[in-house]
Amino acid sequence: MNWQAIRSIYTFEMARFFRTLMQSFISPVISTSLYFVVFGAAIGSRIDQVDGVSYGAFIVPGLIMLSVMTQAISNASFGIYFPKFIGTIYELLSAPVNFLEIVIGYVGAATTKALFIGIVILATSALFVDLQIQHPFAMMAFMLLTCVSFALFGFIIGIWAQNFEQLQLIPLLIVTPLVFLGGSFYSISMLPPVWQTITLFNPVVYLISGFRWAFFGMADVPIGLSLLAISGVTALCMIGVWWIFKTGWRIRK
Amino acid sequence: MSEILSVRDLVKRYDDGFEALKGVTLSIEQGEILALLGPNGAGKTTLISTICGITEGTSGTVTVGGHDIVKGYRDARRMIGLVPQEISLEPFERVINTVRFSRGLFGKPKDEAHLEKILRELSLWDKKDNRIMELSGGMKRRVLIAKALSHEPEVLFLDEPTAGVDVELRKDMWEIVAALKASGTTIILTTHYIEEAEAIADRVGVIAKGELLLVEEKQALMTRMGKKQLQIDLSAPLIEVPDVLSKYDLQLVQDGTALLYTYDTRAERTGITGLLADLASAGLSMSDLQTKQSSLEDIFVGLVAEDAA
Repeated sequence: MNWQAIRSIYTFEMARFFRTLMQSFISPVISTSLYFVVFGAAIGSRIDQVDGVSYGAFIVPGLIMLSVMTQAISNASFGIYFPKFIGTIYELLSAPVNFLEIVIGYVGAATTKALFIGIVILATSALFVDLQIQHPFAMMAFMLLTCVSFALFGFIIGIWAQNFEQLQLIPLLIVTPLVFLGGSFYSISMLPPVWQTITLFNPVVYLISGFRWAFFGMADVPIGLSLLAISGVTALCMIGVWWIFKTGWRIRK
Repeated sequence: MSEILSVRDLVKRYDDGFEALKGVTLSIEQGEILALLGPNGAGKTTLISTICGITEGTSGTVTVGGHDIVKGYRDARRMIGLVPQEISLEPFERVINTVRFSRGLFGKPKDEAHLEKILRELSLWDKKDNRIMELSGGMKRRVLIAKALSHEPEVLFLDEPTAGVDVELRKDMWEIVAALKASGTTIILTTHYIEEAEAIADRVGVIAKGELLLVEEKQALMTRMGKKQLQIDLSAPLIEVPDVLSKYDLQLVQDGTALLYTYDTRAERTGITGLLADLASAGLSMSDLQTKQSSLEDIFVGLVAEDAA
């Protein structure tokens, strides 16, 4: 393994994050606070509790997942798309590195950034609601796995995208709706039976449910299924990235 | 000198059937400067990109320092530095960070002293904390060279290093290349500027339509293919070349006021003495004489035109 190369890519990518640290930090704090105002105060006053958990606390895992998924995707996709866009990808392609080292560098940096945002949101949430985490290690593991899998997905989007519009297309049109409809702000048991069945086709449901289980010990779907889902998403993305580097799709002429 | 780069029957064929490289074979000795000349779309950049790993060859083999660029890509690529044609740099990054990144990417441990040496040699040291976007075009090109040299490569590829830069910067770049050669670096550069090849290359390769037409020592090439011409300015214009001078195959130029005689400097006799005597006997009076050696550009244009025909 070319550890120096991994460290270089990781450090270079993190430098981009540190250049805009205040924006990276303040933006999730403000948006989380707004979510609490809108969902916690306005809607929460009409929904007292969900399965014995106050509505304000109930939405915390969903809020974290929403930000972590979108941040992991956007950071990883931008991280690899930008060198393609400005032409610096030549350096990566001519360096003595393999696909695994490139992926570890870029996805590792995107994961770190998303994880940082997730922790910031968790800390901000603790200012608004009384938060108790039943399975803290499982919570961290779930958050980490989600960051990794969505960063991998973002990496694929970054390689696929041929312009900035395409870069935003999948996160805006597919991922965000799936996260919103994946039980971020409600339990799927609150939906009519038909919609409950339809919702189960949304893979994000399993991720949010598993994450919520780590907080409150309750879940919309069995925790085993959630683990299977997150492992499946990660494996699929890894296969996708491996195929891209093997064939040189959209990176090597 | 030993061979450091070997290209054997390299073919690059795209999905649409277009062959950018048609079985290129090339051998480069350690420490030499090879200039690859060719018109646009000749395959110069494709050849470099394939050797460096940016593009995959369809068939053929390439070794760098004895390492196959596919099977031993890590060892091969560690030996190579590439300065691309386009100025491709992260605009918001600082000079020193982008050079550090390049060194690390090639698996080299931190060596601030080495980076300082490179940046000083390229007159970039006082700009090391500047963001790339704050630099001039010439400085950005130097940053690209600094990045390529950061991991101490033995073979340096310069893809049109002076494209679009002014004359002064071009001369600066030639000095940099000369200094690199003096330090033992093997340099392969592609260029449109024939004067560049003429000024700094040891050997010259001419590539057109994906084929390497020739690779030869620059001086030997200019001697072998170069022609010399003698221009005889006449005191009075002529309508046609007199019959008595027909054996010299003269050209009447400049509205009949000058005669052009092409001769071979390597021949036992150039024929100049006889020509001058015959001119006198034909009653032609001369006002001036001048000779002209054909340049590498003339040779290049001739070769490419010959290939196109």
